Amino acid sequence: MKRFRSLAAAVASIPITLFGLVLITFLIGRVVPIDPVLAVVGDRAPQDVVERTRHEMGLDQPLPQQFAHYVVELAQGNLGRSVMTSNSVTTDIARFFPATLELSSVALIIATLVGVPLGVYAAVRQGSWVDQIIRVVCLSGHSIPVFVLALLALLIFYATLGWAPGPGRQDVLYQDMVPQVTGVLLIDAALAMDWDALRDAVAHLALPALVLAAFNMAYIARMTRAFMLDSLRGEYIVTARAKGLSATTIIWRHGFGNILVRLVTVLALTYAGLLEGAVLTETIFSWPGLGQYLTGSLLNADMNAVLGATLVVGLSYVILNLFADLMYRVLDPRVR
Amino acid sequence: MSATSRDWLLTETPASRRQAAWGRRYRLWLQFRSNPLAMAGLIVALFLIVVSLAAPLLTNQDPGAQDLAHRLAKPSAQHWLGTDELGRDIYSRVLFGGRVTLGMVVAIVILVAPFGLAIGCIAGYAGGIWDRLLMRITDVFLAFPRLVLALAFVAALRPGVTSAVAAIALTAWPPYARLARAETLGLRGTDFVAAVRITGASGGRIILRHIAPLCLPSLIVRVTLDMSSIILTVAGLGFLGMGAQPPAPEWGTMIATARRFILEQWWVPTIPGIAIFLASLAFNLLGDGLRDVLDPKQGG
Repeated sequence: MKRFRSLAAAVASIPITLFGLVLITFLIGRVVPIDPVLAVVGDRAPQDVVERTRHEMGLDQPLPQQFAHYVVELAQGNLGRSVMTSNSVTTDIARFFPATLELSSVALIIATLVGVPLGVYAAVRQGSWVDQIIRVVCLSGHSIPVFVLALLALLIFYATLGWAPGPGRQDVLYQDMVPQVTGVLLIDAALAMDWDALRDAVAHLALPALVLAAFNMAYIARMTRAFMLDSLRGEYIVTARAKGLSATTIIWRHGFGNILVRLVTVLALTYAGLLEGAVLTETIFSWPGLGQYLTGSLLNADMNAVLGATLVVGLSYVILNLFADLMYRVLDPRVR
Repeated sequence: MSATSRDWLLTETPASRRQAAWGRRYRLWLQFRSNPLAMAGLIVALFLIVVSLAAPLLTNQDPGAQDLAHRLAKPSAQHWLGTDELGRDIYSRVLFGGRVTLGMVVAIVILVAPFGLAIGCIAGYAGGIWDRLLMRITDVFLAFPRLVLALAFVAALRPGVTSAVAAIALTAWPPYARLARAETLGLRGTDFVAAVRITGASGGRIILRHIAPLCLPSLIVRVTLDMSSIILTVAGLGFLGMGAQPPAPEWGTMIATARRFILEQWWVPTIPGIAIFLASLAFNLLGDGLRDVLDPKQGG
């Protein structure tokens, strides 16, 4: 019973967090030194035009009223119009977000497939030189700026070795050739059974995804190691050993099996962090995702677009955090 | 160190409070010193700080002086690390860049750590409605990815060092508040706090003199480990053109202006990248070592 009450509390806190999220974004939008009215009508417009536009945009109302207006618009999915693309920000985000989702999901899969075994191995061999090397590699991976890693990857794998195609998401040849269904190119190409386009998409995705994965792999490996060390100290491990089970069974079935819940939490949090790393990675690989949309809008002082993108990233973050929290509460019998 | 002062520090029967305190610190230091990776981190971190502070003494080149005839030069006797796209000496720019980048990081930590500590201690000690209110605000700020929120803030203010510091500070304090609250909750019910309360000490005094000092070790560990992520955020903002503005020699900004030369003159953007990497790695190693000594229960 108590468990469900804490679950309910976690869910109930979401609207409050969301409200704070929207309030902060709104306030950031209102401290902009650029007058949004002048941005629309130009600074040579006559005074009465300026006043009329200000009234039409609702900017002559007191702040709380403006905020209420903002929330109402938001509830209808209206994030305002982007000055840069002259589309509605919602449309823009719907177009750019799948690319980011694709990049970060593949990066998370790579990071998990490499990071988890590394962490388990380091824990099993705790204190050995293998453990030390993994530790240094992980700390290094966690210390290198993702944009430097991206630049070096381009230098080595694209310019020097020629293994990877250049920046971008597709070759010009395949541009707009695949009918858009989900916006995730890998899925769309597979649905259209256009295997050349799929191969092209995979080739373009490989390098940015690996770069993005490298940073997070380090974190996943470190957490896995810590969890495994804890788990391997458990009495059930002694029992398993006494039963004469093989080392593999003990490590993977009994040791690893018991850290899965905590690991899922870490992965959800990592996924949220990936969205952030994607901002920097996308600018370097000219990846047409939300990160590039965000930085492009920043440089053009396109505040509606900036705030819209910030809100969407924040929202994804909250959802993933909630997911992590729920997994933990639902799956772990000790949280009661 | 002479044998007598070592004995004085390591004695089992300290004669004064001061001797006991220093003895404890010395033992922690001995434990820390036995970890080679942590020592390496400490030495590199100190080295970078000293070199940045002493930048004017270590180079006779002006980091802003342009020499367009010798742009993008390879490392040579005259320009140890070559020159950038405007013929400026990269070696002196990296040295002076350390002042900007590390200076920003230090400013952020000085702003953030005491603030987070105060919020966390008050929330944990006062409890009830205060606790709920403060932690709810903390959660809202935690709900944003750090870099993205900082970007939005800087865009609204105006790109530059001051707004970058303010923006990152605004997004960096919540983890400290959480940590301090957790520690305070553990301390609030202890006997010694009850004893102090009976003597009539005010809540403020209890927090300031008795609870906050005990939160410090875990806070220091967290700050050191966080330094690397703050360094990366500062550099990331600079790289996106939202931090220190050119021609200021900030490491991230230097990479941003030089990134288009990565394929031809790769060392121009790579050298500041190495500087960021070294600084960040050093603090990670240092923090890892400090955690083992000061706060073993944090694990990880």
